[in-house]
Amino acid sequence: MTSVLTINDLCVDYLTPSGPAHAVSHVSLEMAQGEFLAIVGESGCGKTTLLFAIAQLLTYPGRVTSGTILFEGVDLTALRPEELRAHRWRDISVVMQSAMNALNPTLSIGDQLADACRAHTDWDDDKVAARSAQVLEMVSIDPIHLKSYAFQLSGGMRQRAMIAMALLLEPKLVIMDEPTSALDVVAQRSLMRQIQDLRQSLGFSVIFVTHDMSVVSHFSDRLAVMYAGEITELGATRRVFDEPRHPYSQGLMEAFPSLLGAPRRLTGIAGNPPSLVDPPPGCLFAPRCAVAIDVCHLVAPELVDKGGHATRCHLVNPVVTSG
Amino acid sequence: MAEILRVEDLSRHFRVGGFRARGNLHAADDVTFTVASGEIVALVGESGSGKSTIARVLAGLYPATSGRVVFEGQVLGRHSSRVTRGHMPMVFQDPFGSINPVLRVGHGLLRALKLHRPDIDRAHRVAEAVALLEKVGLTPGDDVITRYPHELSGGQRQRLGFAQALASRPSLILADEPVSMLDVSIRIGLLNVMKELRDNEGVSILYITHDLASARYVADRMIVLYAGRIAEEGQTEEVIATPRHPYTQLLMSAAPDPRLPLSDDVEHSDLGEPPKVIDPAPGCRFAPRCPLARDECRRTDPPRVEVTPTHHATCFAVAESWAST
Repeated sequence: MTSVLTINDLCVDYLTPSGPAHAVSHVSLEMAQGEFLAIVGESGCGKTTLLFAIAQLLTYPGRVTSGTILFEGVDLTALRPEELRAHRWRDISVVMQSAMNALNPTLSIGDQLADACRAHTDWDDDKVAARSAQVLEMVSIDPIHLKSYAFQLSGGMRQRAMIAMALLLEPKLVIMDEPTSALDVVAQRSLMRQIQDLRQSLGFSVIFVTHDMSVVSHFSDRLAVMYAGEITELGATRRVFDEPRHPYSQGLMEAFPSLLGAPRRLTGIAGNPPSLVDPPPGCLFAPRCAVAIDVCHLVAPELVDKGGHATRCHLVNPVVTSG
Repeated sequence: MAEILRVEDLSRHFRVGGFRARGNLHAADDVTFTVASGEIVALVGESGSGKSTIARVLAGLYPATSGRVVFEGQVLGRHSSRVTRGHMPMVFQDPFGSINPVLRVGHGLLRALKLHRPDIDRAHRVAEAVALLEKVGLTPGDDVITRYPHELSGGQRQRLGFAQALASRPSLILADEPVSMLDVSIRIGLLNVMKELRDNEGVSILYITHDLASARYVADRMIVLYAGRIAEEGQTEEVIATPRHPYTQLLMSAAPDPRLPLSDDVEHSDLGEPPKVIDPAPGCRFAPRCPLARDECRRTDPPRVEVTPTHHATCFAVAESWAST
């Protein structure tokens, strides 16, 4: 498979009065054509910042301080705004978290779809209308709703309308920022199935960010766990769920109650994430880690790939002392 | 166990729409349930099921359209006293919006103690407030009490919400989605706090949530709501092990769980569209989505069927399968 997106050593800082906060530090990722990559983490772990960097939507005080984002070999960080416009929507589209705020309340759904077509294509009105109806049908919305406004749709329909907009120009990569977080479980599962079906029939790649890892457990190919701006574990979704290696991933797996099996007491993970302005030396998770050893508090671990399952932890990858 | 709260045929309707299309939104219809002392009862439902409306009626934020609420033997009226309210405080969903950011942590606690605990004199209030903080796991309490809310994380703020609720020595705490805005790794800690308060302080909790799994984790009994009506209620483990109502079964199968294989048995076509509660048609509200619906479901309201003495479902299909056995 060819790679669509290659991120090399990406760092993003937010300038704050007390110094730069390292929201994303040294993230490297590669995505294949047609792949579904899920990024999970708690609030403040940098997952949304990473998405915004990929989509080049960061605004002051956030900025990319180093690294490259190659989309089909083109470095997005080096493009001028008008060059970026050629890629936006046609190649990379974004589905935002809150459909209620992302849809324009004063325009009908059809007008908003047409607006995107006019900005990015030279299609005539018939083609625009035909394609708009087609994408709505793809997400199980009756094209009669082209004339509807956002407030006339249910939460699930709004979120599906957002996905229809993202698919309008057949992008190669669709970036989704918690599209299911405002939905009920039944609507949530229906939306995930729909994303899965569309991806398989249309062949686009998906980067899906969520704080709730159980949502993606059955749908993503690979799973990246982020903590304090770093990727702590990355591997095939099933393997990360079945045998999590990083203590943080293990803690997350133990943190949500189940409907199965005998009821038992869970503990969660004590403590809070570290300051991103003044991070602790060594492993960023060490202050909350129940199994940390001395070296964890001194030396920052590297992300080491073993057989397609990468982990950033001294216990998994023991430090080799020189000499 | 002694019953402390009885809700009888509670309904709350809202008038919606403008001049031409005036409608009546049935947020809660004929809801009846009880809460015993020292018990956690979960009110589970999706958005629009009426779970928050019921909590707000109980807290006295809205009057009920009809029905009545009996709390500690007294019928709650439109003008319930501060004393009654103090016995049934509420913990809100949003820990960032429900605490005054310009006042120290101690303020809300000391104020609650001053208003609701005349037995504690001024000199002992601070010590009592520190003890309250430590009961919810905010340690050391004498340090936390001097902090400002922005110095606390979301999970700590929500613990503070419980400490404040606990200040009036309540018999029942209304907890409206207290963990839904917290990170996954922190939620479980707060759910454990709720269990500890039940076990150590003997307080009852009405836990309002959309998350069936967390309801199972903390609650002794659960009530599943759909479109303002009770679909199923019973001992938590009974409902989870043998859900009878088709809606509970749908919720169970849709709950994402990485430990389970993805279920394919449920209708693919269910898009999770919410029910119509503005001037609803007669009959069962779940009928349009129900795979077992028959004509009578669309005409008459379904009966409440006793599955076991501690498990009830409101459904014609359950009634029929029970009559035939």
